[in-house]
Amino acid sequence: MTTLSSKTAAPRSVSGWRSPQAKRAFLTILGWSVALVIFFPIFWMILTGFKTESAAIADPTLIFSPTLESYQEVQERSGYARFALNSVAVAFGSTFLALLIAIPSAYAMAFLPTKRTKGTLLWMLSTKMLPSVGVLVPIYLIFRDVGLLDTRTGLIIVYTLMNLPIVVWMLYTFFKDMPKDILEAGRMDGASTLQEVMFLLLPLTLPGIASTGLLSVILSWNEAFWSLNLTTSNAAPLTAYIASFSSPEGLFWAKLSAASTMAIAPILILGWMTQKQMVRGLTFGAVK
Amino acid sequence: MATLQLHNITKRFGDTEVIKGIDLEVNDREFVVFVGPSGCGKSTLMRMIAGLESATDGDILIDGQRINDVGPADRGLAMVFQSYALYPHMTVEGNMGFSMRLAGVPKEERRAKVLEAAKILQLEPLLDRKPKALSGGQRQRVAIGRAIVRNPSIFLFDEPLSNLDAALRVQMRIELARLHDELDATMIYVTHDQIEAMTMADKIVVLHDGVVEQVGSPMALYHHPCNRFVAGFIGSPKMNFLQVTMTGVTPDGVAIRLPGGGERSVPVDGQHLAPNAALELGVRPEHLVLDEQGPLSGQIKVLERLGGQTSLYVQMDDELITIMADGDVAYRVNDTVHFGFAPERAHLFDTDGLALPSLEQHPLAGLTRQDNRAPGSPSEEPA
Repeated sequence: MTTLSSKTAAPRSVSGWRSPQAKRAFLTILGWSVALVIFFPIFWMILTGFKTESAAIADPTLIFSPTLESYQEVQERSGYARFALNSVAVAFGSTFLALLIAIPSAYAMAFLPTKRTKGTLLWMLSTKMLPSVGVLVPIYLIFRDVGLLDTRTGLIIVYTLMNLPIVVWMLYTFFKDMPKDILEAGRMDGASTLQEVMFLLLPLTLPGIASTGLLSVILSWNEAFWSLNLTTSNAAPLTAYIASFSSPEGLFWAKLSAASTMAIAPILILGWMTQKQMVRGLTFGAVK
Repeated sequence: MATLQLHNITKRFGDTEVIKGIDLEVNDREFVVFVGPSGCGKSTLMRMIAGLESATDGDILIDGQRINDVGPADRGLAMVFQSYALYPHMTVEGNMGFSMRLAGVPKEERRAKVLEAAKILQLEPLLDRKPKALSGGQRQRVAIGRAIVRNPSIFLFDEPLSNLDAALRVQMRIELARLHDELDATMIYVTHDQIEAMTMADKIVVLHDGVVEQVGSPMALYHHPCNRFVAGFIGSPKMNFLQVTMTGVTPDGVAIRLPGGGERSVPVDGQHLAPNAALELGVRPEHLVLDEQGPLSGQIKVLERLGGQTSLYVQMDDELITIMADGDVAYRVNDTVHFGFAPERAHLFDTDGLALPSLEQHPLAGLTRQDNRAPGSPSEEPA
């Protein structure tokens, strides 16, 4: 035992605060602290959802008798399911549409680049820096005139446009990592461009496409600005549902928390389940 | 039956001309090797033949048909890539059968053809594996198998052995030569390794800076390089070059004065030379012989004993001369050695780097790999 430990410590005999173990312990504590600080509001919200309204505004405490009262009231007052269904339809619909447009675009940019490809990519990303409010009025007026206000189609279109730059950019980086030889071998084997994409490119970049799709779903799910401004009831997703609890009657913390918890739960669970896939996709190029 | 002709092929990327007008003829069932230093355009030339790159100018003809505008898959070619470019998500069988799957060939027929190719390459036990689970040599064979099942008129190989270790490379080299005999197909092979070129080719095409320097059989290139570049590129270790002065021209050759003052007459045609022209003498390391009476001398700087042979690196004025000597020579570093050469094994180059033509052809210069076979061997053409 002694020989073993002296062996491992031999190259550099550092001990105390400067030893690798201490460093790792420090980093672990730091990591957990940061994670807790970030997670705390969500944790508190979930807790508050299980309190009564009076307990929710009383002095903060971790000890209380949990109740599903708020959840019941929230359920009775408004159809959660309708909002949730809208969220699902809009998030997945816009993601599907965005991928449908982005895959050919990213293919062209990655495999048939021109002098202006890099510039186009940068320009696309720069549109994300424009504040959404800047285009609210024109989009609102156009939607009103063509009858897209408060429709799922309208939201899907807006979300698709909103996420397209990021989706194209991400797919572009994944496609660029794909060895060109493999596609050329496919071309020698007689694959048309469509077959090349279907049989070779998509299966081989699936982790990347999946994580791109997931990101797009999450961004669409969480989006509040457009959903609040462009929908009222028919197409309103969960973000609008949450907002409806902080309105005229004043603030009801417990109900608001219960509603919020129900709104974020699906996407949180989805994110949790696909964590591995997401990380793998996002670090695809780095750790090949 | 497949021949390939290139007529004045050029390729420009933007303003850079990488292929500068190449004419070439590849005969049926020939094993042609494109060889040259990296950046010489050999891979680009092959990719243009394959159809993966378009030619800026000129015509590519297969069996007399112009195919410039024909897609890669419809040219009847198959290519083996340097990186193998196997489809990682498909099994060996899936990889080899992919072209047939795209063409809509029924499954049974596909399987039969894949099995046939797998038998030739001894891949049968591996058909269900993914490329990840194969060794380098096995992947290489799958890549070749994928080419074979397409039954192409011409095989293209783009530096296929450069990712393999030395021992495996020798083995695959032999296997490829055997495959060429077995399939009786036209093959074009790109490499920067002149040993691969020498051992496998019927015809070597030496490329440099986008132009063809010389085309010929390995022995012709070795014994009669047409210029200094080919002389230096073909043969290993590299040919030695020495500055010499011409002293006269006779019907038997060109008389020269060597750096040490000695005189020799090299049997090459120097009729067009100006008197006292500066020339360069080229002698291969294996053609320099240690000789106490030899006209050249220098000090040994490095000595490499390979067992059967010893390489001596000899300092002579500013030049480091390589001599391949017998394995048992007793010299040591810093010894002074005297050496000479047989004039008929020497080459002379003029100031433009062009070789003065030999007065006599080397007896083996016309030899191709095919000629090494005994008459009556299986793949010999019936008379």
